[in-house]
Amino acid sequence: MDFNDTPEEAAYRAEVKAWLEANAPKVHAGGDDGEGGGSMAASKAWQAKKAAAGYAQITWPKEWGGAGGTPIQQVIFSQEEAKHPVPGNPFQIGLGMCVPTVATFADQATKDRFVGPALRGEEIWCQLFSEPSGGSDVAAARTKAVPAPDGSGDWLISGQKVWTTGAQFSDFGIVVCRTDPDAPKHKGLTMFWVDMHDPGIEVKPIHQMSGGSGFNEVFFTDVRVKDSQRVGALNDGWKVSLVTLMNERLAVGGASGAGWREFMEAARATPGLDGAPALKDQALREKLADWYVQAEGLKHTRNRTMTALSRGQTPGPESSIGKIVSALQMQDLGNTAVEMLDQFGIINDPELAPLHAAFHTGVMFAPGLRIAGGTDEILKNIIAERVLGLPGDIRVDKDVAFKDMPTGR
Amino acid sequence: MAHVNFDFSDDQKFLKGEARKFLEANCTTARVRGVLDDAGKAYDEALWKAVAEQGWLGAAIPEAYGGLGLGHLELCAIAEELGRAVAPIPFASTVYFVAEAVMLAGDEEQKAWLLPKVAAGEIIGCMATSEGPGPATAASLKTTVTDGKLSGVKLPVTDGDIANVALVLAKENGKPGLYSVYLDGEGVTREVLQTLDPSRDAAKLTFKNAPAIRLGEAGAGMEIVEQVFDRAAILLAFEQCGGADRCLEMAKAYALERYAFGRVIASYQAIKHKLADMYVKNELARSNAYYGAWALNTNAAETPLAASAARIAASEAFWFAAKENIQTHGGIGFTWEMDCHLYYRRSRQLGLVAGAPRVWKERLVSHLERRNAA
Repeated sequence: MDFNDTPEEAAYRAEVKAWLEANAPKVHAGGDDGEGGGSMAASKAWQAKKAAAGYAQITWPKEWGGAGGTPIQQVIFSQEEAKHPVPGNPFQIGLGMCVPTVATFADQATKDRFVGPALRGEEIWCQLFSEPSGGSDVAAARTKAVPAPDGSGDWLISGQKVWTTGAQFSDFGIVVCRTDPDAPKHKGLTMFWVDMHDPGIEVKPIHQMSGGSGFNEVFFTDVRVKDSQRVGALNDGWKVSLVTLMNERLAVGGASGAGWREFMEAARATPGLDGAPALKDQALREKLADWYVQAEGLKHTRNRTMTALSRGQTPGPESSIGKIVSALQMQDLGNTAVEMLDQFGIINDPELAPLHAAFHTGVMFAPGLRIAGGTDEILKNIIAERVLGLPGDIRVDKDVAFKDMPTGR
Repeated sequence: MAHVNFDFSDDQKFLKGEARKFLEANCTTARVRGVLDDAGKAYDEALWKAVAEQGWLGAAIPEAYGGLGLGHLELCAIAEELGRAVAPIPFASTVYFVAEAVMLAGDEEQKAWLLPKVAAGEIIGCMATSEGPGPATAASLKTTVTDGKLSGVKLPVTDGDIANVALVLAKENGKPGLYSVYLDGEGVTREVLQTLDPSRDAAKLTFKNAPAIRLGEAGAGMEIVEQVFDRAAILLAFEQCGGADRCLEMAKAYALERYAFGRVIASYQAIKHKLADMYVKNELARSNAYYGAWALNTNAAETPLAASAARIAASEAFWFAAKENIQTHGGIGFTWEMDCHLYYRRSRQLGLVAGAPRVWKERLVSHLERRNAA
């Protein structure tokens, strides 16, 4: 047990460090902030530079423009890259999920067309899965694709997607559509790729309860796609989407923002019940200890995951606990900090509230984090079923034609 | 964050596997019940002897003192298996507390006298700090030492009824020190206490002018005890992780075979989410324990923080897993015949023996305050 690179990893880290030193930006360009703001140009320029040097997707095969590297090399690069003021990365959904899905099922010409531009940051992709009628239940998609009446073999897509990250600046997307409403729901779906610039596609930002607009609604009205834009076999879209979602598992997610350190600083500066700093309050000290222990537990869980990668093993299921713990902590820690301020806690003006209202931001953003990318409840189901091997829920929708399924709102 | 090699090595995993096999054969829950159900039986002597023969008592003791000289990671691996098996032996008292204290603060003579005896299983040790309700502090301490004679009352002292030697926290000239007392000698009376976990005995020790030898510097008692408790907390955390994982396994196995309303109860989300919560807490505890193991093995400056985090996470995880394991079993889980209560009881014993979680939370935050102020 140690915290050292193997000799090969140390050599790779040195190489990466030198390259970043020579090539990474020296000042923050205010790249994409994930909400479509910031400087997209800076993000694209940095992505192109990484692609030219083989660092854009290190684990991709060389024929795709990757480096044919190992997951631990990708981790090392990301660790070193994070030490530089590089711009935001709006390409990850495309490179991590959409493009690998398309490439898995597409012919050579399609791969040649899309892989390179995506890798170089010239084209951005989004993933169009969730719908108003199905968030956790992705297979309940109602957006339909029907054969064009002109007999051309083309398809016409109509319907609505929701919670689509980056749709407003995406060039392409992959979309799950209902192609056979007479089949049970998992068996009547087909995946297509679409050009997001099509006039039949309308993107509307969602105004979140937290105030921001990081996600979109996407409306499809008779969007015509060629049959060659089909990804995978007809009515095989569920299987195809599982490939996408498996790639999603590799993306490491979790809460950022104010944590135990920030709480401790704020508690030091805030008067407590008897006028002494709130940090002397025993109830708050116990909570602070709990959050520290959780944060350390997650940090060292990541260390265990990386150890498995370093040893060439598949990481164990322990990596699945991150978001459940961190999202709930963001909510609890944020709210405890706000309550610590007593009546003053209602104020979230960044000029007045501690740490530019970072705790208030956590309180307002945490409900979204507990839902996005798998709700707390779905993630617990996943742990119970895939990690512990407990049975799936009793299903009432498996053998019923989709069109006959009861629907609520 | 640097890259890491943050798991047991293949050799350590092999040792752990062998330990599990050995305990599955020699420490069944029937054996644990042999101690639990017999008020006259303080520990499983045959198991204690067998464990000594395996060399486990001296796993972290240097070869020069009769140990195997393996290291603390190996001891952590063994501890996890002992916890999983709810082993009814004075392993923690003797190895995590007394041997660690002597290795940490003892002089050459003390090491040469005690460590080989521990490694050979010839001696049982115990740690005597508590004097009654609430944590023992420098201010609260009433036991005293005068002219090499120790007097006072200590309770509870885990394994105090069977130990040959006690390390006793006491004041000399008004300052706390740690003293070694030979319990089979004069001036010592012992009284067995009734506790939540009868598979691990505890006693009230009354000292009247018992000959005592100081361990470490005069006046350094609290500091030494803190360091010893840090080391013990990390090792205990592995026992707790082992127990907590076993509880999750028991709950899962039962949930998969028990039917209610026409289907296995493991198919209800109320049960699935409960078990998922156990899993999350167990993994957080394991990750913190691993960091503790690394700190212990390298004698890192972060040891107090790592020990606190490991202690808090593992105590919480074992308690949660033990109580929700009973809940998952339903009525049968509340019977004496089911093994659930062995773990429930042990979770209380392990969760309190080195100090309650809230004491460790306070220690942790105090350390963070000092570190941030520095």
